[in-house]
Amino acid sequence: MAGELFFQYLIAGLTYGTIYAVVGMGFNIIYNATGIINFAQGEFVMLGGMTAVSLHAFLPLPLAIVVAVLVTMVVGALIEVTFIRWLSRPSVLRMIIITIGISILIREAALLLWGQDVRALPYFTGNEITSIAVGGARISPQVLWTLGACAGLVVLVTAFFRFTMLGRQMRACAANRVAASLCGLPTRNLITLSFVLSAGMGALAGCVVSPITQTQYGIGTGLAIKGFTVAILGGLGNSLAAVAAGLLLGIIESFSVSLLPTAFKDAVSIAVLLAILFARPSGLFGARAATRP
Amino acid sequence: MLRIRNLDVAYGPVTVLRRVSLHVNKGEVVAIVGANGAGKTTLLKTITGLVRPRAGEIALEGQDVVRTSTEQTVAMGCSLVPEGRQVFASMSVRDNLLMGAHVQYRRGKKDEVAADLQRVYGLFPVLEKRRDQFAGTLSGGEQQMLAMGRALMARPSLLMLDEPSMGLAPLVMRDIFATVSRVASEGCTVLLVEQNARSALKIADRGYVLETGRIVLQGTAEELLANQDVQRAYLGRDVNEEQEGRP
Ligand SMILES: Nc1ncnc2c1ncn2[C@@H]1O[C@H](COP(=O)(O)OP(=O)(O)O)[C@@H](O)[C@H]1O
Ligand SMILES: [Mg+2]
Repeated sequence: MAGELFFQYLIAGLTYGTIYAVVGMGFNIIYNATGIINFAQGEFVMLGGMTAVSLHAFLPLPLAIVVAVLVTMVVGALIEVTFIRWLSRPSVLRMIIITIGISILIREAALLLWGQDVRALPYFTGNEITSIAVGGARISPQVLWTLGACAGLVVLVTAFFRFTMLGRQMRACAANRVAASLCGLPTRNLITLSFVLSAGMGALAGCVVSPITQTQYGIGTGLAIKGFTVAILGGLGNSLAAVAAGLLLGIIESFSVSLLPTAFKDAVSIAVLLAILFARPSGLFGARAATRP
Repeated sequence: MLRIRNLDVAYGPVTVLRRVSLHVNKGEVVAIVGANGAGKTTLLKTITGLVRPRAGEIALEGQDVVRTSTEQTVAMGCSLVPEGRQVFASMSVRDNLLMGAHVQYRRGKKDEVAADLQRVYGLFPVLEKRRDQFAGTLSGGEQQMLAMGRALMARPSLLMLDEPSMGLAPLVMRDIFATVSRVASEGCTVLLVEQNARSALKIADRGYVLETGRIVLQGTAEELLANQDVQRAYLGRDVNEEQEGRP
C-alpha cells in the first residue's frame, strides 16, 4: 500500500475511532455508576448532531453546539429520572430491555421531528474541499477539530474524575453505592449526573463529527454497537482502555475497507465484538480493569 | 440519643426483627451481641435508613428518622461503619477519608476537615503511611481502620459499628476495640454490634442480647458478662480468650 494511502486510511480510522472512544467512555461512565449498559448511548450522539443542525438555522455555530449539548444533557437527566431512578435492584435483562426501549423511543421521536433527511453541520473552518498538508498527506481541518475535541474531552473527563471533589464522589458512588450513601453522598443525584455527563460527551462528539460523517435520526444504533464493542474490548468500566480500544476499532474498520467490500465495514466491528466475547470477555486490558478512571 | 420502640423488620415474607426496643444514652457505649443471623446487621441498616421497617419507631435525638434517607441520617450525626468494611477499593486511602468528610462540607465546616484528617491519622498512624495507596490493597485490619476513620471524618455524635472484629487476628482486634474505647472517651456515643461478645461487653457500659430477631436480655455490661445464660451461649467458646491463655 502506498504511504499516502496508508496515511489516509489511518486518519479516517482515527476520526471514527475517536467517536467510538467517546461513546465507549460514555458507556463506561454509566456502567460504573449503575451497572447498566445504556444502549441509548448512540442516541445522544444523534441528538447532539441533529439538534445543533436545527439550532444553527438561527444561532451562530458555536452557540448552536453549546445549546445542543445542553439540551442533550437535559434529555440524559430526564431519562434517568423517569426510567431508571425509581427502579430498585432491577435485573440486568430488564435494564437492557429498558435502555433499548428508550433508544427506540428517542429514535422514533427524532424521525417525527426531523424526518429521514441526512443533515450535517457546516465545516467549522473552510469547507469540504479545504485541506491542509500533514506529513505529505492532505487532511480536512474538520478531522483535526474532531481529534482535538475528542482528545480534549477525554482529558477533561479524566481530570474531572481524578481531581475534582464531585468527580471523586461519582467514583465513590460507582465503587460502592451503599458505602457512598453511608458517607452522606447524594447517590441518586450522582447517578443522574453520570447520565448527564455521558449525554453531554456523546452530543459534543455528534456535533464535531457531523460535517464529516453526516447525521440522521437512525445513526444511534450503529454507534451504540460500536461503542459497546469498544467498552467490552477495553474491559467494561475502564474508561481509558475504552479510548485505546476505540481508536483501534476505528483503524481496523478503516483498513478493512482496503481488503473487503465497504458493505462489510460494520460487520467487521460485530465480528470483533463476538471474537472478544468468546475469547477474552474481560477485554484486551482485562487485568487492569480494577483501576477506574 | 437513640431510642427504638417495637421495631418490626421483614425481608418480604420473612420477619427478621420482632418488637425490638432499645435505647442509647448520650456518651454511652452500648453493645448488641448475638449469633450469626440474629438480625444485628438488619437492625443497624434499619437505623441508617438502608432498610425500611414494617412497624415501630426510631428516634435520633428526639427526631423521628423512620422515613429519612440514609444521607439525611448521616447528616444528622449518625454514622455506620458497615459490616465487611466496604471501603472504596479503587480510590486512595486519603480520598476514602475525604469522602467521609462530605457531610462536614455540607455543614459548612470545610475548614475543620484538615484537622479531622490529622486526628484520624493520629488514631491510625498506618493510614497516614498508606494514604496514597489504593484502599483495596490494604490488609483486613487496615481496611477496618479506614472504614472507621472514614466514618469519623463525618464527626458523628453516634458512631455505630457492625462487627468491626470480624476476620481479624486477635492482636489487631484488640487494637480496634482499644480505638473504639478511645473514640468513646473523647465524647462520641457508640453502638457496637458484635458476635465477639466478651470483647464487646468489656468496653461497653450496657448491652443487649439479640436472639433470632428478639431482644432476650439486657443489662449493664458487668451483669451480662456474669450472666449464666450469656456465658453458656456466647462466652463459652471465645477464641480470643483461649488464645490469650486466660481461663
Ligand atoms: N437482603 C436480605 N434479604 C432476605 N433476607 C435477608 C437479607 N439480609 C439478611 N437476611 C436474613 O435476615 C436474617 C438476619 O440477618 P442479619 O441481619 O445479617 O444478621 P446478623 O448481622 O446478626 O448476622 C438472616 O436470617 C438473613 O438470612
Ligand atoms: Mg451481620
